[in-house]
Amino acid sequence: MRQALLIFNKEFKDYFTSPIAYIVIAIFLAVTGWLFFSAFFLYNQAELRRFFTLLPLLFALVMPLVTMRLFAEEINVGSYELLLTLPVTFRDIIIGKFLAAVAFGAALLLPTLSYPFFISFIGDLDWGVTIAGYLGALLMAAAYAGIGLFASSLTRNQIIACIVAMVICVFLAIVDQMLFFFPQAILDLITYASANAHFTNIAKGILDSRDLVYFLSIAFLGLYATHLVMEEK
Amino acid sequence: MIHVEGLTKYYDDFCAVDHIDLDIKGGEIVGLLGPNGAGKSTTLRMLTGYFQPSAGDIRVKEHSIRENPLAIKRLIGYLPESAPLYKGMLVYDYLEHVARIRGLGGAVMQQRMQTLADMCGLRGIMHKTIDTLSKGLKQRVGLAHAMMSDPEILVLDEPTSGLDPNQIVEIREIIRKIGEQKTVILSTHILTEAEATCDRIVIINKGRIVADGSTQELTAGKDRQGRVQIGLLGAAAGEVVGRLKDIAGVSAVTPEPEAVPGETRVQILCRPGIDARADIYAAIKATDWVLVEMNQEAQTLETIFRELTRES
Repeated sequence: MRQALLIFNKEFKDYFTSPIAYIVIAIFLAVTGWLFFSAFFLYNQAELRRFFTLLPLLFALVMPLVTMRLFAEEINVGSYELLLTLPVTFRDIIIGKFLAAVAFGAALLLPTLSYPFFISFIGDLDWGVTIAGYLGALLMAAAYAGIGLFASSLTRNQIIACIVAMVICVFLAIVDQMLFFFPQAILDLITYASANAHFTNIAKGILDSRDLVYFLSIAFLGLYATHLVMEEK
Repeated sequence: MIHVEGLTKYYDDFCAVDHIDLDIKGGEIVGLLGPNGAGKSTTLRMLTGYFQPSAGDIRVKEHSIRENPLAIKRLIGYLPESAPLYKGMLVYDYLEHVARIRGLGGAVMQQRMQTLADMCGLRGIMHKTIDTLSKGLKQRVGLAHAMMSDPEILVLDEPTSGLDPNQIVEIREIIRKIGEQKTVILSTHILTEAEATCDRIVIINKGRIVADGSTQELTAGKDRQGRVQIGLLGAAAGEVVGRLKDIAGVSAVTPEPEAVPGETRVQILCRPGIDARADIYAAIKATDWVLVEMNQEAQTLETIFRELTRES
């Protein structure tokens, strides 16, 4: 576990030594801020529901950008060989990198905490729902990070890793709005697979174990698949 | 110290390493020699736990690479070919990261980093980003990486490839200094390098070991066939071949293309372990040919290497 933390430490610092992290954070804030606040005063309600409804799709686009380099870059540069010949296990590496990506997701959300803070001055904000929403957002970031990590382990090309992860994440994010296209028989399954549906539940303030299990199992599946890919290489 | 048994690696259908057996004692500097694609890097990568062997086993001390790769990784410091370090990090940050993963910390770590900075000449570049370094400097950072935990075994894959002559000498010096106390395994395709730094040379070709021993043992090899070239005036090639091939110590005589008009050149292959030069001279003396040149090809590591790794 100590080794995993060291890897986490290195990967998380790496995000902030290049300007890309700041650009991603700035764009994320600009897009969420604009989409959220442009309609906020029209609805005249002191709540973040409209902010949270943006997150499944936005995270599906941003998290792959965050995770794409984690393995692909190492494999491409060759530092993967150095990493694997240090006394660390596959598990240490995967957990360290995964936590770094989730922590970056948290860093994306951190500045948006100012929204509920300021909104609480102009109206009666329900803090319980807000906290649940942020918790859900973190869980979703973890699920997407698991998918992104897996995509990154597949290839040495970061762009391919990013696109593969984006396709999967966006699919999970919007599939419940496309139920029209699916046969009746698998509708339940499709709804269950939808990240959006599960996130919306949590963001309403309903902490149902089914939703928690969903996100955690997606993350776990991603990490487990990554482990299999690493063993195969 | 290191015991390799039946080590084999397949890439799909291609057999890169084919049943290698090797025993390396503590304190040896072993050079793996071979043409490109002979399986040197693959062997080292299996030894350091980067690749899983397709068959066979590697034991380092009492650990097996199959059962306890982590224990072996702790014992081995490894510098892959062309030192693929994390580009964006500072040298200091990188070495500190490695030190922590290797389980060092606090004052011990600081002490170790100071020692390595002196040993590898990194004092002036500790606060530079790795991707701004020249190839030679990167290689030295890679060496410091490999030696971080003061490992008992050091594995270096082509440590001097791509360096200029001065840098090569520097790196060799460092390797020899380390080799006084540690077991060093290095791969190279530069023969003089192996001769200059290694106690023992293992030549690999097409995934198999074709020679194993010290430089002296390899060049003095009793079962080597000596080659003698002679140049004669006033002789026809056919006649020369006919006369010389009957000498007891000679196993074959082959005419060579005429370089100077009128001069006949032949190459004579002696029987293993026999110096037939005196008999050849005596045979020529009995005729009226004029001997203008006689030359025994010296057995250097290079001739042996070429002989053993030639495409046939």
